[in-house]
Amino acid sequence: MALKIVKGSIDRMFDKNLQDLVRGIRNHKEDEAKYISTCIDEIKQELKQDNIAVKANAVCKLTYLQMLGYDVSWAAFNIVEVMSSSKFTYKRIGYLAASQCFHENTDVIMLTTNQIRKDLSSPNQYDTGVALTGLSCFVTPDLARDLANDIMTLMSHTKPYIRKKAVLIMYKVFLKYPESLRPAFPRLKEKLEDPDPGVQSAAVNVICELARRNPKNYLSLAPLFFKLMTSSTNNWVLIKIIKLFGALTPLEPRLGKKLIEPLTNLIHSTSAMSLLYECVNTVIAVLISLSSGMPNHSASIQLCVQKLRILIEDSDQNLKYLGLLAMSKILKTHPKSVQSHKDLILQCLDDKDESIRLRALDLLYGMVSKKNLMEIVKKLMIHVDKAEGTTYRDELLTKIIDICSQSNYQYITNFEWYISILVELTRLEGTRHGHLIASQMLDVAIRVKAIRVFAVAQMATLLDNAHLLTGNMQRNGICEVLYAAAWICGEFSEHLENPVQTLEAMLRPKVATLPGHIQAVYVQNAAKLFATILKNQEGNTDSTAAQETSQMMIDRLPLFVQSANLEVQERASCILQLVKYIQKLQQKDVEVAEEVSALFAGELNPVAPKAQKKVPVPEGLDLDAWINEPPSESESEDEQPKAIFTKEEPKHSRPRHTEVDEKELARRREARKQEQANNPFYIKASPSSQKVYQEAPGVEHIPVVQIDLSVPLKVPGLPMSDQYVKLEEERRQKERAEKKKKEKKKRKEKRSGRGKKHDSGPESEEDITPAHVVDIVTEEMPENALPSDDDDKDPNDPHKALDIDLDNLLETTARRPLADSEKLPVRSHRAAGAPKSPAEDGEAENATPQEPKKKSSKEKRDKKKDKERDRKRSKEEKKKKKHKREEKEEDLLGGQAEEAAVQSEETKEVEAQPSSTSAEVSDLDFWLSNAPVPSNTQEAATVAAAEADPAPEAPAGTAADSEPEEPKDTETEESKSSKHKKKKQKKEKEEKEKKKKKKHHHHHHHSDGGGEESVQNGTVEEEEPLPPMSNYCLLAENSYIKMVSDGDCDARLWKFVLLSIC
Amino acid sequence: MIKFVLMVNRQGQTRLSRYYHSVELSRRAALEADVVRYCLSRKKDQCSFVEYKDFKLVYRQYAALYIVVGITDSENELSIYELVHNFVEVLDKYFSRVSELDIMFNLDRVHIILDEMIQNGHIVETNKSRILAPLTTIDKMVDS
Repeated sequence: MALKIVKGSIDRMFDKNLQDLVRGIRNHKEDEAKYISTCIDEIKQELKQDNIAVKANAVCKLTYLQMLGYDVSWAAFNIVEVMSSSKFTYKRIGYLAASQCFHENTDVIMLTTNQIRKDLSSPNQYDTGVALTGLSCFVTPDLARDLANDIMTLMSHTKPYIRKKAVLIMYKVFLKYPESLRPAFPRLKEKLEDPDPGVQSAAVNVICELARRNPKNYLSLAPLFFKLMTSSTNNWVLIKIIKLFGALTPLEPRLGKKLIEPLTNLIHSTSAMSLLYECVNTVIAVLISLSSGMPNHSASIQLCVQKLRILIEDSDQNLKYLGLLAMSKILKTHPKSVQSHKDLILQCLDDKDESIRLRALDLLYGMVSKKNLMEIVKKLMIHVDKAEGTTYRDELLTKIIDICSQSNYQYITNFEWYISILVELTRLEGTRHGHLIASQMLDVAIRVKAIRVFAVAQMATLLDNAHLLTGNMQRNGICEVLYAAAWICGEFSEHLENPVQTLEAMLRPKVATLPGHIQAVYVQNAAKLFATILKNQEGNTDSTAAQETSQMMIDRLPLFVQSANLEVQERASCILQLVKYIQKLQQKDVEVAEEVSALFAGELNPVAPKAQKKVPVPEGLDLDAWINEPPSESESEDEQPKAIFTKEEPKHSRPRHTEVDEKELARRREARKQEQANNPFYIKASPSSQKVYQEAPGVEHIPVVQIDLSVPLKVPGLPMSDQYVKLEEERRQKERAEKKKKEKKKRKEKRSGRGKKHDSGPESEEDITPAHVVDIVTEEMPENALPSDDDDKDPNDPHKALDIDLDNLLETTARRPLADSEKLPVRSHRAAGAPKSPAEDGEAENATPQEPKKKSSKEKRDKKKDKERDRKRSKEEKKKKKHKREEKEEDLLGGQAEEAAVQSEETKEVEAQPSSTSAEVSDLDFWLSNAPVPSNTQEAATVAAAEADPAPEAPAGTAADSEPEEPKDTETEESKSSKHKKKKQKKEKEEKEKKKKKKHHHHHHHSDGGGEESVQNGTVEEEEPLPPMSNYCLLAENSYIKMVSDGDCDARLWKFVLLSIC
Repeated sequence: MIKFVLMVNRQGQTRLSRYYHSVELSRRAALEADVVRYCLSRKKDQCSFVEYKDFKLVYRQYAALYIVVGITDSENELSIYELVHNFVEVLDKYFSRVSELDIMFNLDRVHIILDEMIQNGHIVETNKSRILAPLTTIDKMVDS
């Protein structure tokens, strides 16, 4: 002993332990990196020693360094060494290091499989525990496959400490190795009712996580969870369960109805805010899914909103935030209930916390109405002015536009107001959302015909003051607005008051500093404007005006012809030639206006954004195929079409020029001139545009305040949109007054007629008429456009693989050949199974495999042998199922949890049915359409009958194959049942006795079909007693034997065919 | 689901990190720096939930130490907020008045505690004595 102590202290003398390392790092603040590198060298030395204690100490230090961000992957092998130490103190250090450092691609993980397996089966529960914890961090698909079986065994360990951990890690195993879900699921389900609350909560966690991704497969567990919810007192578990219900209810409305009551009770009773919040959230989800089905849910909504109001009013910012978050969920379906709290939400806009302000903004979106839109936007505009920090301001900007433009400008009564709001928004400095404002301007101007006159006038002023927008290079996001302004002025130029002035503004030299795509629009629309001007002026006697305009075009356009932007250049040179030609004709006194404006005749209509996408690709057309040979790399770069409407950095080639010395420059200029004559594409920048650029900085010095000039204020001192608010107010009042007058008149008339009083309530939404008749042109859609647009799921989602229908697993298996590994589960499942025939063993290799083809061939072989026995069993089976169904009908959703365990085994047998794939599709549809009404068996049966049934195809093809399926089920069942409650078997027997008497007629098949079905839904259980819907079909008959096949109609049942001989 | 648990001091130094989904080492540093920046820049009167990329951060401040938990959208923010406090209470119980140094010097023990509470990104245990049971047993084993 003394020796040991001495040895230990010597170790400590020479080696730093973790504490020393930490202290050392703290003492070497200046040269931390250097100190750590010496430490790492020491650690490397320590790792070379044979003493495991020293190694463990070194690994412990490495874990700390890894946390600080140092790469320690080089020590992976040493970590494995420490992991395999027999002493627990070291082992746990090894596992800790592994769980921090290892990841899926660490190659030494391969070496650990056996060690981990050994630890998992260690008699020391902490060995097992530490291995499980570590495994949860670095489990790989290989490890998952190899160890799935061991972990599954641990799920039934005697110690709850181990069970708990094993259950939890199964989730990771499922993710890495989805095949394990099917065999493990029954046991996982058992754990929901484990006597230990910790295990229970672990199982709840795992199933919740699984169910959240693929809820439909877990509907059958609802009763069990329902029971847990009403009995559990652990808030963390309750939250999980309630969350799970939130995911399930959209699939099963009846579940929602059942949930409302206990949830509202919880809301009333709980003192835990987190639970309250979760309940409110789920009640909202439930009500959303029920929105049509429940008559008196307004009380629940009111309760939720009230509670949320309390949260929002709370001084705790966390509660405030969450309250707003939950409120926005209610908003989607019950905007009215939220609208009554407008005051509170507007108040939150002034909160100190930006995240709270943003949440409040989200809510505003749904709170606007025709009545309050102007008021709300006015408030937001004030915030825009006050806001510091561009992100929040940009968010405000997008929200304003969102709010105004939602559902086709539904709430805007006065588009003049909206246009002026947009114009005001252009004053924002440094916003990224110029293009958003621009697209709104375009949209409104195009779709609201009545507003065009006003819009054009506004845009003309905007163009006139363009220098204020573009002056500051930092603000160039906003210059996108000019794109819209130029286009609107050009397209609707007939409304312009002073087109010549606008034309002049569009051809200013400064325009050349704008981004290329904007210049292009300028040029094109200058041409449109020119056409209009010609038209106006030609009527006049004085023809000089028209000629002057042409001259101006000819003077100004060359600037654009020299543009570096291809689009601008092309358009400009085209138009320049055109104008020159026109000028020639003008000089000959020829009338040209008609022809010129014919160039731009016709109106552009808006097209729905997804119109192109929705046109189906004609057959035989491969869009990805090259029409011509693909061009070379370098070419394709040039050929890529410029995005017409994207933000683009303005290109200035000037800085490059300055680097070149004068001489060189002169030489180049010469060369360029030469080239210009031949090929305009080589021009980089022209002298004139350079000059313009030099002028540009001067504009920066213009104070921003002057921008007010750009907005023609009719009432000085008032921001323009405010003025509209006032006007609107007046207008409405006037309208109201008029209406009252009218009503009075009417009333008078009526009184004179019948004397009945007319009810004039408070002004409602509909009473507010738009300021001017607005026709919003609807967007055009191609004729054969497809209505649906489905958003694809993320194909990389690991949870996709876990989308296994646990009630009827056949579908998944049919798609995928059985892996060798599938035998894994069998080992554990059948360990205590009944003696098997060789044939059965063969099957066992394939697990409860459900692979129809394999099975059928095998079954054929031993069919005869087993037939006799099987049939007997199948009968028994049927009876039992029948019994089951009855039970189920008795307690819909009654939370009869005890049954779950029993049923889990039934799920199994159900798996083993062969599928007729062709029928699968139609069947699923049928089930989906049928699912909500299954309580009414008769009704469903008729529906089933109505469907053209798969029965016909079943007889010939699958008859032989399908017959043996039943027996097989029973085998599986039998082997398993040995593990399960004996009680149940007893029940079965009793049931059998009873039923036997009833079922001599072939008609019993009918009911069998039903029974089978509900078993199929075995897991679907009580809540969903699917109706019997058999559609049996006579195959052959003589005086002794009658063969009937039965294609089942339940979606999941479809896959098997019952064949019976009586 | 919980994505990670971080303990950071006011200087932005990581004192504990635990990831429940694998993140490359190089990305960890960036993530931690980002997270720290987000959380430390917030004032006391701001709420403890931060939306960060595709997940949420729940943080709590204890003296100079911040505990930050990254969670997915599906997790209840408040329950995690409470969990953090629970965690600190357990630490407090074990170390009797826990300090930053305790956590640094006994990193492995803190990890054991954390692993008892959260596994696989899920809350496993919230009962203090049950959380500490394995650790005390281990301590006894080491002593003997």
